[in-house]
Amino acid sequence: MKPLRFMSVAAPCVALALGAVACGGQQPGGGSGGGGAGGQTQQGSGSDFSQLSGTIRIDGSSTVQPFAEAAVELFSAEAPNVNISVGGAGTGDGFERFCRGETQISDASRPIETDEVETCEAEMIEPVELQVAQDALSIVTNRETMIPDNCIATEQLEQLLAPGSNVSNLSELGQGFPDQEVSLFTPGTESGTFDYFTEEVLETDAEQRTEGVQTSADDNQLVTGVSGTPGGLGYFGFSFADQNREQLNILQVDGGEGCVEPSIETVQNNQYPLSRPLLMYPSRQSLQQPEVKGFLTFIAENYQRIAEAANIVPMGQQSAQQTSQIIKTGQGGEPKPETE
Amino acid sequence: MAVTESAITRKIVERASSGERVRELGFRVALLGCLLVAIVFLGVLIVDVSVDGLPFLSLEFFYTFPSRIFPEESGIQSALLGTLALMVLCAVFVVPIGVASAVYLEEYADRDRWINRTIEVNIQNLASVPSVVYGILGLAFIVRGPVDIFGLGVGQPTLLAGALTLGLLVLPIVIIVSREAIRAVPPSIREGSLALGATQWQTIWKQVLPGALPGVATGVILALSRAIGETAPLILVGAGAFQLFNPSIDGPFSALPIQIFNNVGEPEDIFRDLAAATILVLLGILLIMNSLAIYLRNRYENKW
Repeated sequence: MKPLRFMSVAAPCVALALGAVACGGQQPGGGSGGGGAGGQTQQGSGSDFSQLSGTIRIDGSSTVQPFAEAAVELFSAEAPNVNISVGGAGTGDGFERFCRGETQISDASRPIETDEVETCEAEMIEPVELQVAQDALSIVTNRETMIPDNCIATEQLEQLLAPGSNVSNLSELGQGFPDQEVSLFTPGTESGTFDYFTEEVLETDAEQRTEGVQTSADDNQLVTGVSGTPGGLGYFGFSFADQNREQLNILQVDGGEGCVEPSIETVQNNQYPLSRPLLMYPSRQSLQQPEVKGFLTFIAENYQRIAEAANIVPMGQQSAQQTSQIIKTGQGGEPKPETE
Repeated sequence: MAVTESAITRKIVERASSGERVRELGFRVALLGCLLVAIVFLGVLIVDVSVDGLPFLSLEFFYTFPSRIFPEESGIQSALLGTLALMVLCAVFVVPIGVASAVYLEEYADRDRWINRTIEVNIQNLASVPSVVYGILGLAFIVRGPVDIFGLGVGQPTLLAGALTLGLLVLPIVIIVSREAIRAVPPSIREGSLALGATQWQTIWKQVLPGALPGVATGVILALSRAIGETAPLILVGAGAFQLFNPSIDGPFSALPIQIFNNVGEPEDIFRDLAAATILVLLGILLIMNSLAIYLRNRYENKW
């Protein structure tokens, strides 16, 4: 049924290439979200979004991107006249576009930084910080690399990855560590994951060792790197670790209070030391637009369902309440960048 | 006459020493080897992509929107329409300007003046500038430019901004191929027209351009097929990776290469297969365009 309806609209458009442009406006409402999402989304959410219309541009963190995409897909079934475009340029590039007014919402896997807030304010854009989900920054090793108790302490990570570190063999990390050459695979400097790791674990200002580390903006390449290199070790978001369990060895992390494995539970109750919030930043102004407010309200009401659909850890109830409070009142959510 | 000539040529080849002949054979084998490398790699790529992508290729694939939640029902409608619209808009922008520039440089410009020679050299150079650079140019001067041309939302990452950026990218190529096509019209045609009393403009419009048309069309199609395969400039201009609505000229847009790039970066394996299916669609479009170019050239080529 559904494909037929699309066809009646799409076929003439394809036939006449120029029609692609002409047909743009009349498409019956973003369809029911890529086919399939339609039926089961009718019940469950409290608000009525069907009267909303407009265009929203979202860009930013590629870690948050799956969440944003799933949210858009579910939302478009209820608000067929709101057109939302999602990009994944990276947290830093996302803020750059956001602060120029090119996007209405910026995805981020780390809080906005002081200089970014200043750039935004120079353009009269006031970012509002909203948590939408969570992530566990996961430490993984090659499947054949056996770490004692399958657990690594944050001090050992620091020893391994701090700027200027020259640890080249895993056995230098402590007793029981295998005598194996270590190969490191991490995201690059443009990534919010990198910023979070360097800030939280290394406590440096976005710096880690450069020698002997391979970086990539594509997390799948990191997965391939770690799983294909004996002695391989790397870090990235939980969904990439979770999706590649068979090829990787996910380590427990000891942040001083014992070894904890990254999982939905340990992230939600904050036991896992490297759990971090995933954020969306609308501006105070864009939050006034009914379609932006509607979309964010939808996220606050359905955060659990969206996170499950996107294979991402949902935020805790308390954070969800806070988020929905900020959206409802339009007050609060001022970024609290760490002052150094 | 011709017979004796070729006989002489053959004689010379036969007279070549055996060492020469061995060397010639070696050269031939080396050339064949080069060709094989290219073909084998293309073959491996196509087989590899087909194995992953073919199961997803169905009619629905073309007219459903992408889906993050139900990847097995995902489609490429918004990206496909984005690519087609980019192509059309790009052609609308690039053909008049490109052909007019070529006419000026071939028919009017005085090649002894330094300014015209500078323009020529610069166009040659621009044709080999990497596409990312055009992306930066498009971002700085079109998306973030000071003027919003026609009030159509240039000044935002819109479809029109993307098409103009791709247009800048292929403009030098279009100028170069158009010049070659115009140059291929023999001077005797122009002289004949002028001798019969036509003005220079009438000569160009009625004689030169119709004669050059097949060559120009072939060149434009090949240039456009380069444009629609580009990813980097569109990413810089701000194309959306995921959207559930069709592009409009002054709104956000996506394109096939962007969707491929986006799918490859997703954590779940199934998105890699979707990327492979999308690659097949893009390859199909390129094949159709290139065949059209070859057909036009063979069918309408003028023999003077």
